[in-house]
Amino acid sequence: MAAECARQGAAFHGKLAIMPGVPGPTLLEAERITRRTPEGETLLADVSLTVAAGERVGIEGPTGAGKSLLLRALSLLDPIEGGALEFRGSPLADGDVPAYRSRVAYLHQSPALVEGTVEENLRLPFALRIYRDRSFDRERVVELLGALGQEPSFLAKQKGDLSGGERQVTALVRLLQLAPEVLLLDEPTAALDPGSTALAEELIVRWVEAGERAAVWVTHDPAQADRVATRWMRLAGGRLAPADDRGRNGGEE
Amino acid sequence: MEATNYIELSYWQVGAAALLILVNGAISMVLKLGLEKRLVTAAVRTVIQLLLIGLVLQWVFSHARWYVVVAMMVVMALVAGVAAVRRTDRRYPGIWLNAILSVWLSSWVITAAALFGIVDVDPWFKPQYAIPLLGMILGNTLNGISLGLDRLGEELTGRRSDVEGLLALGATRWEAARTPLSRAVRTGMIPIVNTMMVVGIVSLPGMMTGQLLAGVDPAQAVKYQVVIMFLIASGTALGTVGVVLLSYKRLFNHRHQFRYDLLTKA
Repeated sequence: MAAECARQGAAFHGKLAIMPGVPGPTLLEAERITRRTPEGETLLADVSLTVAAGERVGIEGPTGAGKSLLLRALSLLDPIEGGALEFRGSPLADGDVPAYRSRVAYLHQSPALVEGTVEENLRLPFALRIYRDRSFDRERVVELLGALGQEPSFLAKQKGDLSGGERQVTALVRLLQLAPEVLLLDEPTAALDPGSTALAEELIVRWVEAGERAAVWVTHDPAQADRVATRWMRLAGGRLAPADDRGRNGGEE
Repeated sequence: MEATNYIELSYWQVGAAALLILVNGAISMVLKLGLEKRLVTAAVRTVIQLLLIGLVLQWVFSHARWYVVVAMMVVMALVAGVAAVRRTDRRYPGIWLNAILSVWLSSWVITAAALFGIVDVDPWFKPQYAIPLLGMILGNTLNGISLGLDRLGEELTGRRSDVEGLLALGATRWEAARTPLSRAVRTGMIPIVNTMMVVGIVSLPGMMTGQLLAGVDPAQAVKYQVVIMFLIASGTALGTVGVVLLSYKRLFNHRHQFRYDLLTKA
């Protein structure tokens, strides 16, 4: 683990690790994000969220509350009708968006994989311009797969033969190998069995602690919430509010 | 071309041919296909539409000024652009303008190359050449454009998660859109390529057949047909690439976002 910390940390300026409980520098700052449909219906209303290094922000809310929309807005996949987004204190110009997305990585709930083997899917990002200076590191990928309970032979599996959970594992490894700084996770363990879920949670928590990193984690499962999040927010009716009372009253109001 | 090399048709000859529609009518009645009404409408439309375009062409041919021919060519390009979009399933705001622009520019550029360069017509606006050349290029370009647009809409809808997955990984809008774009262009260009593969073997192209009927020497008719094939192929390629790129500009913004919300079912 220490070796991994050193290796990952070397890619970042400054500290190798954040002490738990001590907030690091602000990574992501969303201010009054608003999303509306063309018909004028408000989907996200003045959503503000600040994510500092070392934080794992859990987001809960009923189905249809806009949790996925919020993550999509944070990864700039959708145009927003109002508000602003800053990364490490700077606003984002249009041309910065691909680089931003490589550092603030969004993991879709049912990730899209291309036809071919798992390895081909893991190699896919390196064909993109943004990763042109990096190359596929098989050893590293095997290490990540191992942490998620998968053998190296998993790399040769065909997309069509993957279960929903295996697709999520593939997509998670595809992201983590790229060493992003902020993970935007949309129910990343929804299709995993309890054993694999525990491994994924552990891997992501360790991941965040291994550098100036953070995660925003959308989940339906209150128990997972308690395990992984350092802070809780609730999204309801397009509004985001702290949910510090969570756990004491089961998250109901 | 001499105009006396073929048998001139009178209206009663045309009427006699029109009576052949009774064959279709009889079949429809015997087999209870219920097509009688449609057959009458189709027959009447064929006659009226062709008579009208005949009148228009006759007028244009007898008023062979450059502005008359250009006006006619503008109308033809507009109609083709509209027809191209009408055949698509998924549309976005601006699709009409994009289709009309693509059809117009590509067909005019290629027709101009033919009139001023390859065929070297004097004067260039001689309707006998300008109108049929443009017409044939337009007909095929519009086909390529509508096929390309349709496929693009289908690809972007069916592969939305692939496109967004790539964007989320840090792909530029171009990297994310490239596969759907090239598939759309390919689809638009395939029919003309296929036609070129089998032309003369499976069928004789319409223009060549027409020239043969008009008494033109087969060697000349073939030369014209070869020229036309390449004009059509290049016009289709330009038009399809044009409309696909314009659509890309419209559906992927500078913030590298895929505006899926703009695509709606027609």
